[in-house]
Amino acid sequence: MNGFVENYLIPGAIMVGQSLLVLVLLLVFIAYVLLADRKIWAAVQMRRGPNVVGAFGLFQSFADLLKFVLKEPVIPSGANKGIFLLAPLVTVTLALAGWAVIPFNFGWVIANLNVGVLYLLAISSLGVYGVIMGGWASNSKYPFLSSLRAAAQMVSYEVSIGFVIVTVLLCVGSLNLTDIVMSQQTGLGTKLGLPGSFLDWYWLALLPMFVIFFISALAETNRPPFDLVEAESELVAGFMSEYGSTPYMMFMLGEYASICLMSAMTTILFLGGWLPPVNVAPFTWVPGIVWFVLKGSLVFFMFSMVKAFVPRYRYDQLMRLGWKVFLPISLGMVVVVAVVLQTMGWAP
Amino acid sequence: MILHTIFFYLFSGITIASALMVISSRNPVHSVLFLILAFFNAAGLFVMLGAEFLAMMLVVVYVGAVAVLFLFVVMMLDVDLTELRQGFLQYLPVGGLIGVVLLAELLIVLSGWAFAPDVVGNPVQPIPDMAQISNTEAIGRLLYTHYIFFFQIAGFVLLVAMIGAIVLTLRHKPRVKRQNIADQVARTQKVELHSVEPGKGI
Repeated sequence: MNGFVENYLIPGAIMVGQSLLVLVLLLVFIAYVLLADRKIWAAVQMRRGPNVVGAFGLFQSFADLLKFVLKEPVIPSGANKGIFLLAPLVTVTLALAGWAVIPFNFGWVIANLNVGVLYLLAISSLGVYGVIMGGWASNSKYPFLSSLRAAAQMVSYEVSIGFVIVTVLLCVGSLNLTDIVMSQQTGLGTKLGLPGSFLDWYWLALLPMFVIFFISALAETNRPPFDLVEAESELVAGFMSEYGSTPYMMFMLGEYASICLMSAMTTILFLGGWLPPVNVAPFTWVPGIVWFVLKGSLVFFMFSMVKAFVPRYRYDQLMRLGWKVFLPISLGMVVVVAVVLQTMGWAP
Repeated sequence: MILHTIFFYLFSGITIASALMVISSRNPVHSVLFLILAFFNAAGLFVMLGAEFLAMMLVVVYVGAVAVLFLFVVMMLDVDLTELRQGFLQYLPVGGLIGVVLLAELLIVLSGWAFAPDVVGNPVQPIPDMAQISNTEAIGRLLYTHYIFFFQIAGFVLLVAMIGAIVLTLRHKPRVKRQNIADQVARTQKVELHSVEPGKGI
């Protein structure tokens, strides 16, 4: 037991403390992201959105939280009780687990994994289990159809997300998320002789992949226009039809946590993470975390706008887009990027 | 070290217990969910070995894709378990024989050093120094540099299987109308009037 306290107890306590800090800040952030989503959606439709609880409705999410928690949970008698209650837990846990590897600033990361990107890919692909389990355990027609849709949709878009990540990894030469951000300090802009700026980030060099990744992220998180899993005109509320009170709230929380995770992932892979937009004096004084949050919020704003003004896809169109458009383009780009990197001698 | 041991027994204990539940559970959906739990804990064991790339691949490929498809199929089956159990004794000898052969092979592999002590220290490719390259790079070198032809042959086998499955199931029914997206997008005249005869369409 020699050195147990120094080797295990203290690092373990520090890690738990860090995780709790990230968790609390993240949950507060998600409360306001949810409000922002509703406000943006309302503004596009020329409504006011939530504006009663607190100034400008700033406490709306907390009021909703209280309402959901205080309601009585109802479990359908035909439901498979254990899995029915496990499903929202799985959704929330997986959506929050992804944040363990996200670097918010240089060195500000709970677990600096060597395979950080793969971990994120794995976590985001597991998100479908909450939907499938919830839909099956409800023992009801619409939730079941919804979970079948979710399974097929996730597997289809996983493939193109995987290939997009491969092209980024080809440019970086590492699976570590911190390395991915650091390698965006130099790029297209610096090759033209400019100082380090937003032109170096991968969104410009890999523009088609950025677009594909953004659209696939929409599909992966079941956001409109790809929210066929919970399409209210066809499936009531999809897999959430039988849920109420706290389990329902956990589904919503998990959904928004995974949307924020996807925004953070887009920021890291394509928008230079915590790097300032131009690497000169006034911008470099701002701490990196501010840039990270700003960029993540920008991506989330795009998520919201898409929700507000793009009509929902039909299911066969969704499958066509995934398999016949995104898969060939991303597969071709992997080859093109690899050939360009190798022939120009830019490969890391 | 003691923590390492605790986690090893935790992960392997849950793996074995959930593997047992996979074959003994009455509900096939529960079986698949226990299978996923077993995969997860196997990934945990890989992480403890320092093979984090393999662990993530296990989760991405098996849990993220293969098990989703298992679940997809199993959820839609309407399995009558009493009917399945009636044939149990009939297949027991064959199944038992396969199980015994598998167990014997596993034992021979695992106790290889007892038959040939020099096998253990003599792998086909020497294990590279962990300090110099990460295990992701080590696997990449083995698969894509040293054994690239075997890797490509494996890929071709899968490609043939995929094309075979498509050829076997693809049917173009002559009377089914299909949507041609390219035609629709390429239309220049956006609004057209047609007088449509009933039952014929445009």
